Amino acid sequence: MTELFNKAMRRRTVLGGAAAMAGTLAMPSILRAQDRSLKVGVYGGYFKDSFDANIFPVFTEETGIAVESIAEPTGEAWLVQLEQAARAGQAPADVSMMAQTPTRRGMTTDLWAPLDPSRISNFDDLLPTFVAEYPDGRLAGVGAVAWYITLVTNTDTYPEAPESWMALWDEANADKLGLLALVSNSFLLEVTAKTHMGGTDALDTEEGQLAAFEKLAEVKPNVRLWYRDEAQFEQALKSGEIPMGQYYHDVTGLAAADGHPVRSTFPKEGGILDSGNWCLSRASVKSDEAHVFIDFMSRPETQGLLSRKVGTAPTLARGVLDLTDEEFSAVSSEIDPIVPRYDLYTEKGDWLNQKWTELIVG
Amino acid sequence: MRREPPRNAADYAPIVFPGAMLVIFFVIPFSIMLAVSFFRRNPAGFYSPDFVFDNYARFLSPFFGSVLGFSLLLAILVAIICVAVSVPFTVLLTRASRRAQTLWLVALLSVLSLSEVIIGFSWSTLLSRTAGITNLFVAIGLMEAPRALLPGFGAVLTGMVYQALPYTILILYPAIVRLDPTLMEAARTLGASPTRAFFNVVIPALRNTIVATLIMVFVFALGSYLLPQILGRPRHWTLSVLITDQAILQSNMPFAAAMAVFLVLISLALVGLTVMAGGRREA
Repeated sequence: MTELFNKAMRRRTVLGGAAAMAGTLAMPSILRAQDRSLKVGVYGGYFKDSFDANIFPVFTEETGIAVESIAEPTGEAWLVQLEQAARAGQAPADVSMMAQTPTRRGMTTDLWAPLDPSRISNFDDLLPTFVAEYPDGRLAGVGAVAWYITLVTNTDTYPEAPESWMALWDEANADKLGLLALVSNSFLLEVTAKTHMGGTDALDTEEGQLAAFEKLAEVKPNVRLWYRDEAQFEQALKSGEIPMGQYYHDVTGLAAADGHPVRSTFPKEGGILDSGNWCLSRASVKSDEAHVFIDFMSRPETQGLLSRKVGTAPTLARGVLDLTDEEFSAVSSEIDPIVPRYDLYTEKGDWLNQKWTELIVG
Repeated sequence: MRREPPRNAADYAPIVFPGAMLVIFFVIPFSIMLAVSFFRRNPAGFYSPDFVFDNYARFLSPFFGSVLGFSLLLAILVAIICVAVSVPFTVLLTRASRRAQTLWLVALLSVLSLSEVIIGFSWSTLLSRTAGITNLFVAIGLMEAPRALLPGFGAVLTGMVYQALPYTILILYPAIVRLDPTLMEAARTLGASPTRAFFNVVIPALRNTIVATLIMVFVFALGSYLLPQILGRPRHWTLSVLITDQAILQSNMPFAAAMAVFLVLISLALVGLTVMAGGRREA
């Protein structure tokens, strides 16, 4: 995920994907060589590379469906492209990995073709978080991958691992924290609600949201860096320059395995569980192949493979997985996670963003 | 070289290409941005063509006013520091040997090849507690313990001045090279000290160049959005940082466009005022 937010890389890989696509269209013989094929949009960089190397070849071998993977940018640029293409009856990718907020934005224009749950054999084993439904109950998306954002520390500065998100509020940690810079990617309102207000339900009302902002303001003196770019914080965490903060569990694990003095802790209030869905564009004519693909991706073996090879958290209940305890705890935790209130970012995104910016800039 | 006013269409031919480029790469994108700034934002989805003033109304608040004010002040400060350092430096440089001048200019040009990202990360390392220059001060006994010199206003200013300084010198250099050396000699033979001659003769002779350079550096600094993020605290974020957030991360194009239009208008107005003030003094 290190390269996930690398904008230059994203643009370049997207252009590359488009060029490759144009190439295939110009040479229909190659397309015909495979009986069936499917265009799949995956986040460019680390995810696309890992999927291309470890996951898609297995799928093609088993089903005979060739996968053409397309690097998509994170954020919402891909959603805009899919929407505009769908209006013209085109699908730059049949199935795309979409973050939760864009999934919901796409629903407002019926961008996602409804999926048939009966054709996904492990549908009932999916954790409830990983099923995205239209308000009328149609299935809009199925969880693709999940990852945790946890409390990370430098082990030289903090010999003892912190136990709770309360550490962010601890006055002893003045000017020592690195936190994500946006309301919609840091999910710190949810952390505040879970830690101090009894749960994320406290954010249902505007009073609750304002109270969370007020409580969160107390963290400000402790924050040294509000980061947008992962590399900025990761480097500072490894060197001990900024010894505590929120960061991705998988990447921190890789850094620790490389011998850097860092650790990722699931606080007792839970780690932040963020995820992406598989969504099918309504302009796609490959609905059959897409269902085969989503069925394959939601199987316990595939989810196990993803956890081992890509480092993502499984979307299925623990019981059906073949992961050992060690493998499971490397990517996830049994502690009840903090699930972001994506609904808020769709409904009140601009207001929350404005309040947030005033909070940290002011 | 003879200069005549153009008489027929063919005389305008040389400016067709630059004119077309200006239209394609400036006028059209700016018009699109202007149009988008009046579109209606749909918070749950995308934006739709419309003609509303909501985006401008949201910008007109004390909060964005103070961010805009900070961005302008920062850019002005960077411009003044850069010119204050560069003018004496460039005057001294033009008096150095040909070889020394070439070496300096090549070194300055090589700084220009560094991207904003590299400059930002290099300074954040240089000013850090764990690997920064304060460790050097501790080693030679100037300080008790190493400490972080960032994030802060000083760090942002340092990074931005570092980035803009080569431009400043390269803009000033041609004008200062052409400066008649006999002006200084005349001032000296009339009894002025070198310092007095510099301030009373060289600086007034360069006035238009200095004003033009100030404007160039100001505009250059105004667009900076990475250095304030890497080296500063949130209160040092410029308007450009907030525009990027809205455009790329919040997909609120209409609001980002409105902020950008506002920034362009304000900086044009400031540049206009500067030019007018300069012109009046000359008259």
